[in-house]
Amino acid sequence: MILFALGTIGLLVRRDLIFILMSIEVMLNAAGLAFVAAGAHWGQPDGQVMLIFILATAAAEVSIGLALVLRLHRQYKSLDVDAASEMRG
Amino acid sequence: MNSVFYLSAAVAIVSTLLMITRLNAVHALLYLILSLLSVAVIFYISGAPFAAGLELIIYAGAIMVLFIFVVMLLNLGDRATAQERSWLKPSMWVGPAALASILAVEVAYFLLHEPAQSLAPGEIAPKAVGIALFGPYVIGVELASMLLTAALVGAYHLGSRHVEKSELRNVHRLANSEAHDVDFAKPGIASRDDLVRVGNDRPAGAP
Repeated sequence: MILFALGTIGLLVRRDLIFILMSIEVMLNAAGLAFVAAGAHWGQPDGQVMLIFILATAAAEVSIGLALVLRLHRQYKSLDVDAASEMRG
Repeated sequence: MNSVFYLSAAVAIVSTLLMITRLNAVHALLYLILSLLSVAVIFYISGAPFAAGLELIIYAGAIMVLFIFVVMLLNLGDRATAQERSWLKPSMWVGPAALASILAVEVAYFLLHEPAQSLAPGEIAPKAVGIALFGPYVIGVELASMLLTAALVGAYHLGSRHVEKSELRNVHRLANSEAHDVDFAKPGIASRDDLVRVGNDRPAGAP
């Protein structure tokens, strides 16, 4: 819970794309921790199964996100998310 | 048991706090790795050794290596050597090292003081996880594989040089021809004329 809150705070406070991705990692990690704790509490393996799915999601998200970070850095020469706000509307 | 849990939870929270307050990306990555390690210790002591291993291997191993590679690829040019020198100062690694030594002491305590009991009562063996994963959750496994394939293809496409070059050309053209009141909603193809020009003015050296 505290980890999730910290991840959310990091997501909101930082304007650096790398930090935003790391905060998302922390949030996913906190969700996995909650799943595993619940699974251990009731003695069911489902929590760990959910953790495996969360890991797969995190891996996919990080690969796409970091590829986007590389593209953004090459195009705008900065990692500031406000630099990429040229979409009008 | 409880004190170990609270200690590693405190390490997780402190390292995450330090992570989101660091200015340097590599320092933050160190603290993030530490946070993941402490979560792995929490998994282990709450009776999920398989989850702890997965957390170590995939999160702290693979995903963090990805992050570090990207931070390396976005190298900051001439400041890199000065930064490298400043990174090796003790004030930078003493914080993560202290928190990590707490975790190491915990693990050593577990390995030495807890006798080799087979399975604690609340512990879930990897076999049960595997049976559940490929029993009722097999559709989830298929979906995860599709997701990973999509991520692989997407990351390859986004990282390829060809796409980047063409997009850069389009961005430059848009920046140059902003006086013509082009439509920014569609980067790349602003009008039919642009399409024709894309075909014509490709430089000779372009692939």
